[in-house]
Amino acid sequence: MMRPTRKHGSRRSRASLEDKLFKYSVMGIAALVLALLWSLVVKLVFDAQTSIETFGIDFLTSTIWDPNRDLYTALPFIFGTLMTSAVAIVIGVPISIGIAIYLSELAPAWIREPLSFLIELLAAVPSVIYGLWAIYTLRPVLTGSVEPFLMDALGWTPFFEGAAFGIDKLASGIILAVMIIPTVASVSKESMMAVPDSQREAALSLGATKYESTRMAVLSYARSGIFGATILGLGRAVGETMAVTMTIGNANIISWSLLDPGQTMASVIANNWGEADGLMLSSLIEIGVVLFIVALLINVCARLMVGRVMKAVPMTGGGL
Amino acid sequence: MRSYRSRRKWKNRIASLLALVCVLVALVPLVSILMEVVSRGAPAIDWAFLTERTKSSGAPDSGIGNAILGSLLLVMWASLIGLPFGILTGVYVSEYGDNWFGRTVRFFNDILANFPSVVIGLFAYSLIVTVIGFSLISGAFALAIIMIPIVANTTEDALRMVPNSLREASLALGVSRWRTVLKVIISNGRSGLVTGALLAIARVAGETAPLILTSFGNNFWETGLTEPVAALPLVIFRNAMSPYADLQEQAWGAALVLITMVLSLNVVVRLLTRKRMKLYKVVKKTWKERLSLSV
Repeated sequence: MMRPTRKHGSRRSRASLEDKLFKYSVMGIAALVLALLWSLVVKLVFDAQTSIETFGIDFLTSTIWDPNRDLYTALPFIFGTLMTSAVAIVIGVPISIGIAIYLSELAPAWIREPLSFLIELLAAVPSVIYGLWAIYTLRPVLTGSVEPFLMDALGWTPFFEGAAFGIDKLASGIILAVMIIPTVASVSKESMMAVPDSQREAALSLGATKYESTRMAVLSYARSGIFGATILGLGRAVGETMAVTMTIGNANIISWSLLDPGQTMASVIANNWGEADGLMLSSLIEIGVVLFIVALLINVCARLMVGRVMKAVPMTGGGL
Repeated sequence: MRSYRSRRKWKNRIASLLALVCVLVALVPLVSILMEVVSRGAPAIDWAFLTERTKSSGAPDSGIGNAILGSLLLVMWASLIGLPFGILTGVYVSEYGDNWFGRTVRFFNDILANFPSVVIGLFAYSLIVTVIGFSLISGAFALAIIMIPIVANTTEDALRMVPNSLREASLALGVSRWRTVLKVIISNGRSGLVTGALLAIARVAGETAPLILTSFGNNFWETGLTEPVAALPLVIFRNAMSPYADLQEQAWGAALVLITMVLSLNVVVRLLTRKRMKLYKVVKKTWKERLSLSV
């Protein structure tokens, strides 16, 4: 073999230098993205400082939001977020699981892909258009039939007192349910399709019907994936802003009735922006920090639970 | 015995039917939204509507031209910032990321991808708006942050589909690693990068919450980076709850324009992806196998 000449050697070392340079520069950019996330936290906490110092822990436990007295606390909004997200989960998750079962177990092969695409298109519709649709199309349905019916049937519970107005926590919850369906359905479907066929075959060969094999073999196997999908959906419902802002009625109160207006953490920020300054602005940013922490916890949970299935989350359109 | 068996059969049928009903229930809002947006939005749309700027209620020749322009500018600047960062992050995670740092980056990317956009808007506000005021660039910055994790994830997936034999062939020919990445891997994953970029654009085109906090909206033709700028989602949001019929009609018209843009981007992405899937047989490999290059 020929001995490498000097020229060759220098070219090779230049190449390895370039290699290192390229590697570290893309690494630097990836690091920058991480740094961005952390600077986000630091900057927001810094801007919320006035509010944190003024209200302390009361911010999370007290129920007053009164610009006239310059008193701001977050409990009504945390409460509103919990209520609307709960409605979204209760309505949205069973429907999503049904969709996932249909798409992974029952549907004929030719219809699976187009149907999945249509369901994912639900995630592509911008949130502000959901809000518009809710105001003009969903609201008459709610006031005309759904809410009077709920008041008749369930008016004795604390959840359905009041008037059928159609701009309330129920409307927001329903819209959120529609908006989380694509996420929950896709991730659940993905975890059901990951169930080995041998599981299904084992159940079917023992004489189980399709329903029984789905319940025993598929659902129990995919349980953790479905649970993770639900948590992901919760994360989406908690952070959703526009559709809720347009349908929840913007009342800074705590009320157990779904037929009363309310306010969520995200919607109070969107609603009061522009006119907020000083302490109020700082309080809104602190609400943003609380929302950040909640969303971070939820997403870390979901990420640890469903792992790479998270890739199934439709990245389409949306616009929260 | 017999009745027991038939009961199980009926249960099976009813359960299957219920699953189908779930699908149909989910499609009702989609179909209804599309029909409403088209039927209420179409009457609003004419040439003046698309080319005039927004004016107050009652003024003749009010339109959404400035909002369309504003949305295009916002998406353009956001892409200029977000796409390079997203793509290079994806390149790092896919080609050099088989270590704790790469896994950390991809973990936080996944989390950032599902993050409430209003919080990102707050961040852009406190970082930029507090310094230069409501502005195009602050809105574009917020949208760029939303784009980065989407683009990074799709880039990573696209590069994963490039067969390892191509990497090996290039390296065996003595091509350096970085040239292999740029010339062989990225150019083979090109269509995947394009779809990722289109998806990210479709996603941010409809974003509203961050824009309320950053670019704010404007009734005039404004294109300056440091000025507040109009955007389609903002027109829809502000006019949706207006008591004036002409402003409501404007909201529906803007919704039709926006949804046409967003949905057609999604359909294009779908077609591109299907074509790509047919070209490459998708081989699902484990993380280690895929990165045999770095071993």
